[in-house]
Amino acid sequence: MLDQLAFNAQRAAPAVDRWSVRGVVERSEELNVRQGVVQAPSRRLDCGAMVCVNHRGGHGFAATGDASEAGLREAFARATELANAMNGWGEFDASSLPAAHASGKYETRTDRPASMMGLGERIELLSLVNAGTQIDSRIVDCSASLWTLDIEQRFISSDGADATQHWQLVIPNIQATAFFNGITQTRSAAGQYNGFCQQGGLEVLERARFAEDGPRVAAEAIELTLAPQCPSGEMDVLLMPDQMMLQIHESIGHPLELDRILGDERNFAGTSFVTLDMFGEYRYGSELLNVSHDPTRGEQLASFGFDDEGMPAQRHLLIENGILKRPLGGELSQARARAKGFELGAVATSRACSWNRAPIDRMSNLNIEAGGSSLRQMVDSIGFGVLMKTNLSWSIDDSRNKFQFGCEYGQVIRNGELAEVVRNPGYRGISATFWRSLAMVGDQSTYEVMGTPFCGKGEPSQAIRVGHAAPACKFSKVAVFGSED
Amino acid sequence: MTPETIVDHSYFAALGDAVCVSTSATQRISLVFKAEVSQFIRFNHARVRQATAVRQAYATIAVVDAGRRIETTQSLSGNLDADCAAMCAEREAMIGALPQVPVDSFLLLPDAVTDTDRRQTGKLPTPDELIATVIAAASGLDLVGFYAAGPMVRGFADSRGQCNWHAVESFHFDWCVYQSGDKAVKAVYAGTTWDADEFAARLFESARRLPLLARAPRVLQPGSYRAYFTPPAMGELLGLVAWNGFGTKHRRTGTSSLMRMADSATTTSTRLSADFHLREATASGLSPAFTDEGFVKPETVTLIDAGVACNTLTSPRSAREFALPANGANAAEAPESLSLAAGTLDIDDALRALDTGLFVSDLWYLNYSDRAACRLTGMTRFASFWVEAGQLVEPLQVMRFDDSFLRMFGKGLLGLTKQTQLLTDNSSYGERQLASVTTPGALVEGWQLTL
Repeated sequence: MLDQLAFNAQRAAPAVDRWSVRGVVERSEELNVRQGVVQAPSRRLDCGAMVCVNHRGGHGFAATGDASEAGLREAFARATELANAMNGWGEFDASSLPAAHASGKYETRTDRPASMMGLGERIELLSLVNAGTQIDSRIVDCSASLWTLDIEQRFISSDGADATQHWQLVIPNIQATAFFNGITQTRSAAGQYNGFCQQGGLEVLERARFAEDGPRVAAEAIELTLAPQCPSGEMDVLLMPDQMMLQIHESIGHPLELDRILGDERNFAGTSFVTLDMFGEYRYGSELLNVSHDPTRGEQLASFGFDDEGMPAQRHLLIENGILKRPLGGELSQARARAKGFELGAVATSRACSWNRAPIDRMSNLNIEAGGSSLRQMVDSIGFGVLMKTNLSWSIDDSRNKFQFGCEYGQVIRNGELAEVVRNPGYRGISATFWRSLAMVGDQSTYEVMGTPFCGKGEPSQAIRVGHAAPACKFSKVAVFGSED
Repeated sequence: MTPETIVDHSYFAALGDAVCVSTSATQRISLVFKAEVSQFIRFNHARVRQATAVRQAYATIAVVDAGRRIETTQSLSGNLDADCAAMCAEREAMIGALPQVPVDSFLLLPDAVTDTDRRQTGKLPTPDELIATVIAAASGLDLVGFYAAGPMVRGFADSRGQCNWHAVESFHFDWCVYQSGDKAVKAVYAGTTWDADEFAARLFESARRLPLLARAPRVLQPGSYRAYFTPPAMGELLGLVAWNGFGTKHRRTGTSSLMRMADSATTTSTRLSADFHLREATASGLSPAFTDEGFVKPETVTLIDAGVACNTLTSPRSAREFALPANGANAAEAPESLSLAAGTLDIDDALRALDTGLFVSDLWYLNYSDRAACRLTGMTRFASFWVEAGQLVEPLQVMRFDDSFLRMFGKGLLGLTKQTQLLTDNSSYGERQLASVTTPGALVEGWQLTL
């Protein structure tokens, strides 16, 4: 389909000021073994194209599953109709948008494509991993899953853009639920919602330690049923990368999305406590906080060569030494901010979840840069606190300020030593002050590459893939809580 | 070919005829068909932010033979001959791959062949008309909103000859009018026949409360408060509990948020108020009357009766695993047409009954803070107010709650309103949704705010 896209688009395109077409072919397979039973393999082939028309200041999109010349012509007609309907009523003047003329290729670096392992082998691996979690009768539910995706995309524009991208993603997970003495606890490899998700092939499974991780997951589920509740009170917390990813996502990523700051999401995902005038001077966190938008890190879930408006990928620091520098906004949002008198600097991050949705400002890979502290040094520095691993619960207000997060696994730190495991650990805070309590940042040895395949936002709704890499981080004087028996 | 072809029953029927052909007595082929032709128009600052037309169709073919199953979902082009050829080729590929798949001991397929057919047509505005109406009515307001409309269809067919069809042509427009900052009034207009005057009246009504939002917000301290929850706020609370609360698998594995109610029919374990009656009410909801596996749903499944836990939602897989009858649940065992029974409090008397406390118009970003205890957390949002002597006094600065659903709707429940509201699912992840929640408002004592 993509081979013919440029030819078909050129022939189908109407006489308008500017147009683009983004074609997507996504193949995926989901396998799941639960309680030793292999569920039906579920495959998906999703092909289609989104056309965009800019005409006389209007801006219309139309999606079609038919990328033939006739299909694109019909989609162009609908997009043109919308652009004309918007003409004069638009929230911005589309004629002011910069030209999209990106050309080039992006390809996931893959040592061994997932397709090298046959269906029977994949099922056998999952069955073995699932069996590995069945370590004793206290495990009452267990599963192992593997989601593989192969996505090709081509972006063509009337300005001469022709960018092709090919991603291969591997998303494994292991989960075990233990029941003992009236207590149920669930533990997962790196989050029940696929926190370990990377680009690559079968080597991703090795990075995840997928084949051998089942017994660890199950043992920790049992350990949690035997553990006391997490203590409550103000104390230090040490967040591991599979919780840091959620902390970054909710209280840095979403507030920095420029379309939120411009008000687009106020009817659904919410607004932001960050305003246009904060960039360049606002202290977002302590001097230890350095946050990058980095779509160039090869193995990370949302690396790419170009965003979906055709802007070339480039790494930028959004927060440097704690000072807010740039928002997460693509070319369109930057043009809108510029029209309001703010020159903020675009980053390539306007993305769509598939061919049937138009691009909006998203997180891509949003990472915290490694610092200089080892895990041992961070534990040593804590008199009384809790180490927390693996996000379980997340909630934050619509301005992305007051948050409350829960984790699967906690461990008390007492007098500089890791002590007893605790269950139901949680903490709450306010974004605008929480990051200023960042007291130590882990070094490269604590750094892990995580992400989520399910970042929800937009009207119409879009669940998109996002990467978050981070070291372990220590925060001071945090409100921590457990639950009640 | 008009764009609507892909949502026609004839397209689905022809695809089913081509694909649902088994080649042996033990083989079963099924087709799930989902298609829509949608207009999506976003507004910000009472202007058009983004306008998108989407024409999409997906077919899921499942091949089953001798206890083995495999399925593929493919997007369709709308070219019937090409789509039939592609799906038939995929069917053959799946039949070839089936021997690699072990027998699925939790597989359960429907025995009875039951056809259903529900069709509802509508009258929708063109994009031109819609945009002109909204912009004229919203003049002078800071309106941000989202209009989604068009035909949506769901179909099921299989090689036994079963055929189920569900077609609706509808619109959903929800919007906020902002006073400033995060202070706004949210409203919705949804249905099948668009009426520009009705929309304008609803928009006018939502704007009427804006002056109250201009008052300095009341900053609450953490603590316990008497609160009235509007139906949309109730929809958020019920929607969260629906997440793994009612499913058989979660109940049997101890991971349901309503575990503490699990044996409430026979023991002294936790019960809700005797006024709390909750059902999965397919007959009065908007969802199809059939599942993706081809099971026809019962008209209603009682989940909580007079505060006592009753049935759970049992998918075909759970039915096989736990030796129970399936009761029309989807694979996730999540309700799609949840309905909480009305109470006796007239909605016009809700503020008077509240007297002093919180009027909670909307809640936001709910999650479990302790799933086993059914403890929920989330935020107040939009036009929520501090109330004194039955009068709205000041808007609230947003507050976080952390409270047990079992407490709130157990000893904390003071009353439910006589009037209920049908809340349609306005999300559109992958496709527009057909789920809904019907609920009254609720008056609750001792609601716990934490931050």
